[in-house]
Amino acid sequence: MQATETTPLIAVPEPGLMKRFWNFLLYSRVLWAWIFLAPTLIALLVVAGRPLFGTFWLSFTDASLLALDEAQFVGFSNYTTVLTDPDWWTAVWNTVVFSVVSVGLETLFGLGIALVLNSTFPGRGLLRAAVLIPWAVPTVVSAKMWTWMFNDIYGVVNHILVLLGVLDQPVAWLANPSTTMAALIFVDVWKTTPFMALLILAGLQMVPKDVYEAAKLDCDSRLKTFFAITLPLIKPTISIAVIFRSLDALRIFDLVYVMAGTTKGTATMSVYARQRLMEFQEFGSGSAASVLIFLIIGFFTVGYLWLIRPSQRES
Amino acid sequence: MKNRFEKIVFYAIVTVIIFYAVFPFYWAIVTSLKSGSSLFNVELFPTNPSLRNYIELFSEESFIQSLVNSVVVSGLTVILSLVIALLSSFSLARVRFRGRALILMTILSVSMFPQIAVLSGMFELIRYLNLYNSLAGLTFCYLCLVLPFTVWVLRGFLQALPKELEEAAILDGCGPLKMLWKVFLPLAKPAIATTGLLAFIAAWNEFLFALTFTLSSDKRTVPVAIAMLSGSSQYELPWGHIMAASVVVTLPLVLLVLICQRQIVSGLTSGAVKG
Repeated sequence: MQATETTPLIAVPEPGLMKRFWNFLLYSRVLWAWIFLAPTLIALLVVAGRPLFGTFWLSFTDASLLALDEAQFVGFSNYTTVLTDPDWWTAVWNTVVFSVVSVGLETLFGLGIALVLNSTFPGRGLLRAAVLIPWAVPTVVSAKMWTWMFNDIYGVVNHILVLLGVLDQPVAWLANPSTTMAALIFVDVWKTTPFMALLILAGLQMVPKDVYEAAKLDCDSRLKTFFAITLPLIKPTISIAVIFRSLDALRIFDLVYVMAGTTKGTATMSVYARQRLMEFQEFGSGSAASVLIFLIIGFFTVGYLWLIRPSQRES
Repeated sequence: MKNRFEKIVFYAIVTVIIFYAVFPFYWAIVTSLKSGSSLFNVELFPTNPSLRNYIELFSEESFIQSLVNSVVVSGLTVILSLVIALLSSFSLARVRFRGRALILMTILSVSMFPQIAVLSGMFELIRYLNLYNSLAGLTFCYLCLVLPFTVWVLRGFLQALPKELEEAAILDGCGPLKMLWKVFLPLAKPAIATTGLLAFIAAWNEFLFALTFTLSSDKRTVPVAIAMLSGSSQYELPWGHIMAASVVVTLPLVLLVLICQRQIVSGLTSGAVKG
């Protein structure tokens, strides 16, 4: 098969030059592969490459929202502005806390749900359907839904917690930074655990059944089977899922913006950057913050790409 | 299940998970059916449900306009992405050529860009193209979000199709264009539908670009409209309306997702896990 992929695919008996040229045009798979790729590559260059380059360029200028065209090159001064701004470091800290706690909890719950889904029992289909609902709810909607549920006076969360005796009196969850952060994490965990569970479930289903048959002979308890057999086997899937979710968590914007606005106590890196861009109208320093976020997430992306590198998996 | 106790614990866990997953959306529906002062009573079922919130919501022209905008922008984005991505994912899934791994990695990393990284550059570009505060502008920047993802997921599906068909087509003297059109397109229809649905959800839910690149309320998409629904003061948010709007935007998605469960799960996981 290898030779046929660069040369015409069917043997044409002694054709003329013109005919051969036509055959090349019609049947060369590599040529057509590139022709088919062209629209995607051009589109990506325009809608992703150009804006990304624009952000990099703007981060070295003194551009403002109202005077984008009169931008002057100012070197690294925007980066010093951002890196010496205590608010930036607060935003970095908020993002790290948010990402670490929410991805950690999502992994734990996701693993639990995946294990439950991986066993056969009546009602499994119902559970799987139910778990997909949070994933299907738009982030803005889930932010609003939970803001309402976390309402201090009329919210159902306080109502239930007081009813159960967990709280003596209603708590104004969204009134101070630390409980707001807890609420944000809670909502994010609610919304994205299903995704985590599905990824881990896919990993679990790739574990061959006979492995468990063999394990039954050696391991006396199911807990032992889990730690000795299952966990090591699905570790690659889990690490991919964790990095994938971390990428998402590190760039979180909509949930935080809708539930808590641009309040310093909970603003994440993306919220900080957008506030500089659109509210302070400082395109230079806002772009610099964006580039910094890009670099941080780029670091994780490289890790992710390295983990799933296709060279090993392709036939 | 070993014994009854274990069974009870197991089903207790299942019940808790289902409650946790479903309750918030259920609560939104319940809230949307209440009006007036009953909105502020915590009750599991609305005592006298009314559609007043929905009627009021749909009597506002701006909300209908936002719905239309969302449908138009998401629809256009999905159609454009699918057409462009079908061609390239065919190349990336079925043809071996030099540089393929590099292109794949590039597309995947573009799909992982933090949106904020392109925000200011996109703003500049959209201004330059005179697309600020327009649906065309939104569609334009949604391509940045949706196209790489579409290529990646579609490629995963196309790769899984059997090789024999292709070989038979080659033996019949079928060129690449004809092969894509006559062999793969019919086979890939379910894959295209699933990918389209996932892409549609991504575009439908997008918030940051929609918030930044629109100005007037007649150009807003629904997520932005919902985020901006407000009452006379900060403390008098019209929760009935907000929940009604939330249900309107979410219910079609939830239904679609439940109907196409199996395909969506395979699309999602192949997009993220399989290289």
